[in-house]
Amino acid sequence: MLDTIAAISTAVGEAGIGIVRMSGKGAINIGEEVFIGFDDKKIMEIQNKRLTYGHIIDENGTKIDEVLIAFMKGPYTYTREDMVEIYCHGGIISVRKVLELLIRSGARLSERGEFTKRAFLNGRLDLSQAEAVIDIIRSKTDKSFEVSFDQLEGSLSKEIREIRNILLSMVAHVEVSIDFPEEDVNELTYESLKTDAQLAEKKIDDLLSTANKGKILKDGINTVILGKPNVGKSSLLNAILKENRAIVTDVPGTTRDIIEEYVNIDGIPLKIVDTAGIRATEDIVEKIGVDRARESLENADLIIGVFDVSRDFTEEDKEIINLLKNKKSIVLLNKIDIESSFKDKFLKELEGINHIIETSIIENVGVKTLEEDIKDLFYEGDLNIESDVVITNIRHKTQLEKAKKNIQSAIRDIDMDVPLDCIEIDLKNAWEDLGEISGETIAEDILDKIFKDFCIGK
Amino acid sequence: MEELKTYNAGEVDVVVIGAGHAGVEAALASSRMGMKTIMLTMSLDSIVALSCNPNIGGTGKGHLVREIDALGGEMALNIDKTFIQSRMLNTSKGPAVHSLRVQADKKAYHIEMKKVLENQENLKISQAEVIDIVIEDGKVKGVITRTGAMYKAQAVILASGTYLRGRVYIGEVNYSSGPDGMFPSNILSENLIKKGFKLRRMKTGTPARVHKDSIDYSKMEIQPGDDEIIPFSFLNMGKKFHVEQVPCHLTYTTPKVHDIIRENLHRSPMYAGNIEGVGPRYCPSIEDKIVRFADKERHQIFIEPEGLTTKEMYVQGASSTLPEEVQKQMYKEIIGLENVEFMRPAYAIEYDSIDPTILKRTMEHMEIKNLFFAGQINGSSGYEEAAGQGLVAGINASLNIQGREPFVLDRSEAYIGVLIDDLVTKGTDEPYRMMTSRAEYRLTLRQDNADLRLTKKGYELGLVTEERYNMLIEKEKQVNEELERLKKVKVNPTEENNKRLEELGSTTTQTPTTVSELIRRPELNYESTSIFDPERKELLREIRLQVETQIKYEGYIKKQMIQIEQFKKLEKKRLDLDFDYSLIKGLSNEALQKLNKIKPDSVGQASRISGVSPADINVLLIYLEQKRRKDAMDD
Repeated sequence: MLDTIAAISTAVGEAGIGIVRMSGKGAINIGEEVFIGFDDKKIMEIQNKRLTYGHIIDENGTKIDEVLIAFMKGPYTYTREDMVEIYCHGGIISVRKVLELLIRSGARLSERGEFTKRAFLNGRLDLSQAEAVIDIIRSKTDKSFEVSFDQLEGSLSKEIREIRNILLSMVAHVEVSIDFPEEDVNELTYESLKTDAQLAEKKIDDLLSTANKGKILKDGINTVILGKPNVGKSSLLNAILKENRAIVTDVPGTTRDIIEEYVNIDGIPLKIVDTAGIRATEDIVEKIGVDRARESLENADLIIGVFDVSRDFTEEDKEIINLLKNKKSIVLLNKIDIESSFKDKFLKELEGINHIIETSIIENVGVKTLEEDIKDLFYEGDLNIESDVVITNIRHKTQLEKAKKNIQSAIRDIDMDVPLDCIEIDLKNAWEDLGEISGETIAEDILDKIFKDFCIGK
Repeated sequence: MEELKTYNAGEVDVVVIGAGHAGVEAALASSRMGMKTIMLTMSLDSIVALSCNPNIGGTGKGHLVREIDALGGEMALNIDKTFIQSRMLNTSKGPAVHSLRVQADKKAYHIEMKKVLENQENLKISQAEVIDIVIEDGKVKGVITRTGAMYKAQAVILASGTYLRGRVYIGEVNYSSGPDGMFPSNILSENLIKKGFKLRRMKTGTPARVHKDSIDYSKMEIQPGDDEIIPFSFLNMGKKFHVEQVPCHLTYTTPKVHDIIRENLHRSPMYAGNIEGVGPRYCPSIEDKIVRFADKERHQIFIEPEGLTTKEMYVQGASSTLPEEVQKQMYKEIIGLENVEFMRPAYAIEYDSIDPTILKRTMEHMEIKNLFFAGQINGSSGYEEAAGQGLVAGINASLNIQGREPFVLDRSEAYIGVLIDDLVTKGTDEPYRMMTSRAEYRLTLRQDNADLRLTKKGYELGLVTEERYNMLIEKEKQVNEELERLKKVKVNPTEENNKRLEELGSTTTQTPTTVSELIRRPELNYESTSIFDPERKELLREIRLQVETQIKYEGYIKKQMIQIEQFKKLEKKRLDLDFDYSLIKGLSNEALQKLNKIKPDSVGQASRISGVSPADINVLLIYLEQKRRKDAMDD
């Protein structure tokens, strides 16, 4: 049997149940470790292929979820390996916590389609299904790549790249002093290595703490706020967040870049993207914002269109309505508190759109209705969250934790005066761990860095 | 041109073209494996000429020399006979990166190697310029020389170094030439092109040689050799060497040197854009260093002897393509070289090489049976890199003829494996030099254990003598016995022992510990723990080192062994070399193209091709399983 893999095998939503499963040589052991029976006691003997009621407990003995668990011994299982299935309460929080616990306990997050791959390689699936298996691996991988790339836009990728650069410089310096010992380069001291390693560790810690707050875990319903400049988009975001994050001014076009926020509306996670006003612009800074706005539209699950009905209907409004029509959308007719109103004109143009709410965001009128509408859409099943996204996030977090462990191990070795070539292993591993998040792990990078930064050679 | 009249010059098993470091190891390997071999060279006076620099070994390269030795090659034995200074580099770092580097007596190195070749059974050496390789039906048949000799052969190994269409550049002057005043080999290139080979240009260079008596050593820092001489060859371990070592000297460039270079940069063919060949980044010319690192106020220059019978001195760090006139001006501004007298100018040489991805990991051409390539023609650089490839080519040419299984070293077994795998899997854009950082299993691929890793393999091949094999068995036995013994020697927490520990800068113990456990402590080692171990016998330095390393780094080595196990799994999944990957559905376009070009021999090798993603590897695995089941059904 191969190493133990774990994954969430149901679509992630707020309702129903979520199944987390494991396969591999450690599956049964890990399962036993994290499960206690209905009487809060460890199970004496596992029942093969029987559902057992109990709780999942973490390392500290805290109950994470009330579950049903099934232990299935190989080879008569889907993958022909030992398997464990855990039926948790649905919803992202519960399945994610269970999956993370399994990974901490020794399982590895499965690759895309890995259960199916194992099933095939272990002879469980028919030969005729080989192509289907390839399709699964292919499509899921390509998709996940898109997802992770999408996620890496912006600050997360920037920060990971920064940490990787610190590590790369360290590795390059170590390699230079090993491979070019007679060269006239800055001497590498254990003190400076330690300082850099600690800096990298701190940066990872910072990222991890935001990860735990759910800020980099971008697993919400992708919601985009769309509208002309100065119609109240930022005010809307603020009203939802109830905190002043986005800059609100009277000068059109001040929300220059994309602002992303995460909120929970009665348990429904939303990732809200506030876009720069959609309109043709010459301003380069603003243009970036506009381009990215169009980009985030394409990935949106839900669009909230905001219109200022105190101003006349324009071509730009028309354009925005067109963008709304092909997506799940809710329209806000804002500034109804102001005397002059072109409301009817807007309503005429908005024909065919079901969710229209009259608001005065400044006066906090209609915001509650908006939230109710979002909830309705979700529970009616019109909105859901890609489980791929959740997985990708757990993957990122796992990789960050792995990198951190490796850096800590390097620091320990530095303190113990272990030779450079041993320390280098951990540093390089940490660099590669982070590279797996961004898909950039090429050994050539190190050589390039060496020759770029150091004057070496005969 | 008039049609060349050829005559039958005889029939051999293996023809080796070239007598550099690759050619020599190839020829010795095949003749020692019982193959009738002839080695043809442009000049018998340039056998293993050290044209580029008078050193053997160094980081990574020293590892290669040890591995060649462990497999029964000649390089280590030859340098042990002819070195004039020896240094172990990196001794302040871990044992995995300790690297032996020595100065060679250039002439003596040539003479001693020539003797070995002349006295080798099954081997003939002959001065001749090969101008064509005969290939029929995708199989090599022999070679033709410029004077019309036609040698029939079952296998041919091409190790042409920098001779193929060699062109020397010195400032505005350039001319067709081999290295160091030798003739170039032009016709062979033309004939290879006619046969459809794609040749590309690479470049390398060497500094000037200057007269010993024209140097003011008082302004330089002396660099003597090590007091304790450690030989390269495992056969010489424990032997005493009585060598009068010759020192090297360290000096520096001055701002004046940099000014002269900047003023004359336009006269360098590299900067004027007249050289198309790509040079190695780790052997930059002095011009390159000054342009790329403009802030650096001075650069190191080492003065190294070329031998005991000559006053020519090698000026390491000052290779250049500037005109001779400028070279002379600039060298004079180096500290201590104010009155320098040139004996040979610095030059760059451009030459033909192939794209090594057309080769298998045996060094054989993917499509032409029994045609092998080794050394600089494959885009590598360095004597040691060449020798390693030559050895593997010579071995596999012999194995092919004998109908035996091919010999491939993988990345977890040897630096030679890393070198060849990198070349044939990734190709190279610049002359490839070995570095320890290229070896992902560096901790286990040490120079001190090359014999433990490889000598049994060499013995099975028939390259390793009984003497060498028995030495290995004895070493293994002694190392293992000592490791076991140290695990049993108890150190009790007596007042006396704890006092000794404190004196050694270590911490005291409360419970009995073993000497083995003490050695593992960073502040202690094998030597310093001898006071706790009265029964200890005097062992050879190599044995002591081996024991200490295996104890101290056990944890790290174990971790690496687990990685190696993982690595081996994919290496064992074999792929057919003549497979058409377009028959597999589900591969990405890029992967498909690359796989069809590189033709990896295992899924492991495939996974190292850039552009082949983990998903593509899964597709390959599924395909292999599909094929296995189909084959099983057919049976």
